[in-house]
Amino acid sequence: MKNYIIKRTIHAAFIMWLVATTIFVGMRSIPGGPVHAMLGRRADPNQVEAMREQLGLNDPIPIQYVDWITDLLQLDFGTSIRTGQEITQIVAIALPKTAAIGVIGVSIGLLIAVPAGIASAVRKNEPADYVATLIAFLGLSAPPFFIGIVLMVVFSVQLGILPVFGYTPLSEGVIPWFQSVILPGLAVGLPYTAVIMRMMRSSLLEELGKQYMKTARAKGVGSQVRLYKHALQNALIPVVTIAGIQLAVIIGGVVTVEIVFGIKGMGRVIVQAILNRDYPVAETAILVLAGGFIMINLFVDIMYTFIDPRIRYEES
Amino acid sequence: MSENDPTKNVEPPIEVPPEYQEDEYVDDHKSTAQLLIEGFLENKLRLLSFFVVIGIILMAVFAPMVALHDPDATYSLLQEPNSYSSVDVDDDGTVERVWHPLGTDSFGHDIYSRIVYGARISLLVGLVTVIGAFVVGTTIGLLAGYFGGWVDSVLMRYVDFQWAFPEIVLAIAIIAYIGGLGVMNVILAISLAYVDDFARLVRGEVLWIREEEFIKAAHALGMSDTRIMAREILPNAVAPIVVQATVMIPLAILAEAGLSFLGLGVKPTTPTWGLLISDGRGYITSAWWISVMPGLAIMVTVLAFNILGDGLRDALDVQEEGIE
Repeated sequence: MKNYIIKRTIHAAFIMWLVATTIFVGMRSIPGGPVHAMLGRRADPNQVEAMREQLGLNDPIPIQYVDWITDLLQLDFGTSIRTGQEITQIVAIALPKTAAIGVIGVSIGLLIAVPAGIASAVRKNEPADYVATLIAFLGLSAPPFFIGIVLMVVFSVQLGILPVFGYTPLSEGVIPWFQSVILPGLAVGLPYTAVIMRMMRSSLLEELGKQYMKTARAKGVGSQVRLYKHALQNALIPVVTIAGIQLAVIIGGVVTVEIVFGIKGMGRVIVQAILNRDYPVAETAILVLAGGFIMINLFVDIMYTFIDPRIRYEES
Repeated sequence: MSENDPTKNVEPPIEVPPEYQEDEYVDDHKSTAQLLIEGFLENKLRLLSFFVVIGIILMAVFAPMVALHDPDATYSLLQEPNSYSSVDVDDDGTVERVWHPLGTDSFGHDIYSRIVYGARISLLVGLVTVIGAFVVGTTIGLLAGYFGGWVDSVLMRYVDFQWAFPEIVLAIAIIAYIGGLGVMNVILAISLAYVDDFARLVRGEVLWIREEEFIKAAHALGMSDTRIMAREILPNAVAPIVVQATVMIPLAILAEAGLSFLGLGVKPTTPTWGLLISDGRGYITSAWWISVMPGLAIMVTVLAFNILGDGLRDALDVQEEGIE
């Protein structure tokens, strides 16, 4: 088990290094060169020179590379070329907002998806299953930003019970904070719910059809114990994996949903930086999102050792 | 196809133990196409989705005939659904009443006509990106799975790396890298973003097909690696690839809508569903229909493709992969 955790950690670190290196190479190979991409083709040569200096592009490539990696390890991402603001600070302000929406989205997703998936599997081909399946398909088919707009029209504009725009920090109270993130959370959480629910359903159905369930029944194990103790425990394992991988759905959704709700999170930072051609900010924000995704999936992999005995005993 | 012709059955029929026989549907008389058609005829929802998809394709192809107006023509601004603009369309001094079944947007474009033309972009992106991701991803997966060893290591590390980016974020990064908007850039970005899904899937399939007897036979006959991959392995991996492709079309349509919505997709003047939704966002309190109508268009299209993909999966009997 220890070996497994070490192996996964090394793998995650390797991928992280690959991501950082690719961004380094990508930044330097932007068609036409990064400085001209940022300043325009007819930029003043003095300005170009100043920016080359600021970005460290005048040093030899290996030195630039070492600088880049050491800066990253120290969480020193440089400054925005548009506002001069420290990028670390920009991320520190934006990331909690994105994380809040993501956490709400995942929580809603799991709270709805797991019970609904179980109900759907247990009542296979009954009306409840059809309703759940239909809702799941609708959730899979609507872009999160559109769900956000519809929720906003209903709850903020028509009913007027939730704020329309913006983000209230947690420091101003739990309730105002929650009111500002519940709709964006729902918007990113519904497609996620749909995926997890479908997975929960098919995974549980598969377990319920296996031979050991028949054995358990023959032994006289009660139906509730069979379902919750025997089948569910095994059925949850692939669901946990999907729950980690599908965070990509949440992260992808947050980027657009933040724009809908006027929340200045990571998604908005990325889009603004790209539209402003502020490459240092854009690359950092993308690196942070990819890094977060890698870390969460590493965490899911490690969680695995606790829920799946097959991995726990594999190495011993 | 004759039942007794041994060359037609690549896999020997499996003896089904009696305890399984009552639940499982065992039938080796029907071809895949027959099963597919039967599966769709039995399920009305799937049949409906099939017609919806055909309808949307026809709408996109014949957009100039289906649309009521030129999508770029401007009429009265922010008109409600089922309203009329009074404009002098042909500049002859007489004012005509122009019907807007779904209203107009903030530029005065007829929303219905823009949605009709928007279907072209959505479907084009959906189909072409799938082909792009399929070609690149399948090649990677085939080479990695077939050759194994260091080829596999290198290619799969690349796939792992790509997997670290949520698709939309990767597509945004590629757009930023290319610099500039346009349909081609969107197609390139989304195709690349989904390459890893195909690569993983195909590699997984190849790993077990590679061990089959008929591959050993092909080696023994002296067939070249390229020929074995193209003629022996690929045809046997076709079912899951087709299913993956149908799953990807709606994802690509959603991704295009997302990029356009962010202003990182096609040029701002192009009629697309994502851009219309983005335009309507500023008028959500006064003119909800600008966002809601194209949003519904996306939902109906993606839903139909999703149900169709699900039906295909059932018919081709591809197991849902737990991990990919």
